[in-house]
Amino acid sequence: MQRLTSRRLRTGLAVASAAILVPCAVAFGDDGAAAAAGGAGAAAAEATAQWFKMDRLPLFVMLVVVGVAIIIAIELARSGRAVKIRRMAALDAVDEAIGRATEMGRPVLFIPGIMDMTEIQTVAGVTILGRVAKTAAEYDAKLEVPTSRSIVMSAARDVVQAAHFEAGRPETYDAGKINYITDEQFGYVAAVTGTMMRERPAACFYMGAFYAESLLFAENGNSIGAIQIAGTAEPSQLPFFVAACDYTLIGEEFFAASAYLSGEKVQLGSIQGQDFGKMIAMALIVVGVGLSTVAAIVPGEIGKFMTGFKDLIGG
Amino acid sequence: MMQRTIPIAILCLSGTIMVAAYFLSFAQSWGETVTTWFNILAAVAFVLGAGNLIAVNLEKISSQRPGWGYAAITLGSFAFMLVVGLLKVGAVPDPKHPDVAFAGSYESAASPFGWMYEYVMSPLTATMFAMLAFYVASAAFRAFRAKNIESILLLSTAFVVLLAQTAAGMFLTGWIPEDSAWAFLRLDSIKTGIINHVQTAGMRAIMIGIALGIVAMSLRLILGIDRSYLSKN
Repeated sequence: MQRLTSRRLRTGLAVASAAILVPCAVAFGDDGAAAAAGGAGAAAAEATAQWFKMDRLPLFVMLVVVGVAIIIAIELARSGRAVKIRRMAALDAVDEAIGRATEMGRPVLFIPGIMDMTEIQTVAGVTILGRVAKTAAEYDAKLEVPTSRSIVMSAARDVVQAAHFEAGRPETYDAGKINYITDEQFGYVAAVTGTMMRERPAACFYMGAFYAESLLFAENGNSIGAIQIAGTAEPSQLPFFVAACDYTLIGEEFFAASAYLSGEKVQLGSIQGQDFGKMIAMALIVVGVGLSTVAAIVPGEIGKFMTGFKDLIGG
Repeated sequence: MMQRTIPIAILCLSGTIMVAAYFLSFAQSWGETVTTWFNILAAVAFVLGAGNLIAVNLEKISSQRPGWGYAAITLGSFAFMLVVGLLKVGAVPDPKHPDVAFAGSYESAASPFGWMYEYVMSPLTATMFAMLAFYVASAAFRAFRAKNIESILLLSTAFVVLLAQTAAGMFLTGWIPEDSAWAFLRLDSIKTGIINHVQTAGMRAIMIGIALGIVAMSLRLILGIDRSYLSKN
């Protein structure tokens, strides 16, 4: 099985390499025909289509570097290298929250955001749902998952059913607890907060993409005394969750959660690769700040060169 | 086996296409095609969602569970909007084809569907949204308790920013000339400094982390390493 995955990874690498090399060759072979239009020889210039979007080149280079770093980290982890990841309090508290709900005889509420499966935050949320559902099945706690998208409902049912099988309790799976409410943002809020007030869940999980409804959920959950664990990558909603919830997975922690919960070395390795990307970002910030400072102090050609170089690295 | 292999293959293919569509001009239409496929899938899945909505609410009504009255209202509203919308009941006639009933516009507020949306749905939505103001106040009250050094810093920063937003900010420090050496002491200057430097720096750090997290997670999904979102049976 491991060999099969390894082979798949190598195939993926080959595909990724091809995907990287082909456009690069095209990009560097492109003569930027549009730039020639204003020159003296404009009449002789012939416009050609630009295959690669050159304005996205710095992003592409960064993506390739980070992608390669992640793949290398995964391979290193696979080869047996120890992977050390710091503990995440929010994920360690999952068992405690569900245990509390079980003791109190109250349900557990899981909200996978309000976006569809095209949103990666929803995918991350559904992944965490698997772990929550498994623990809930083991503890025999009632889990409710109201969704605002039909496909999310379908995916959530699959994941929860699989979690019940994994926990060795397939008979306790109840598809009726994973419902579609409405696509309408505030209609969904009304239904979910109504459920919260009537059924008073002891643990509330908010994992996915949230917008204005984040604080409506979190404050209602707070008012009923539930343990609340949130996770989102919407920067504008993070302060609300931090203020109203007991634990919050902030940005990258939220995406790292699925790897963290799986405990698989291969997945944990990808988090280490991610850290390499962070180091590159930090180095680029320092270089960019340095170049900007030099460009501001030194006038003339050197200053212009520094500014140009800074723009090139995406500063 | 196929139950997991086919979704992973579809995900790998569509993920690669979406990445290519972002960087390659000629692949842009491929990305749009993938999005269209998803929309078709979502439209089909909506039937599943609507079926679930009806089943759950009917069950609530039949067993007279707490809040079953809301379930009845939900089903009644759902049926009404569905019939009025699909059959274009009372639709405003199209000036070009006044004799063809189905050519009329059902979205106009003059039609029952548009009227319900404009005068029932929109106010209800606005009411829910307006409640946010009270929740912000109660959350801020808890967050701004001076429990330790960090919360004192948070409280004092929020106090300065809030004060600068009000007329009191101008009243207190507005007399300092904008072109003087002491202009940095004006509350509006302090607020701008906090927002442009302190807050932006923090936000960008979070954004960089999020971007890297998305790359790592996407890669795990595209390469089929992370399959936890799939059914295991």
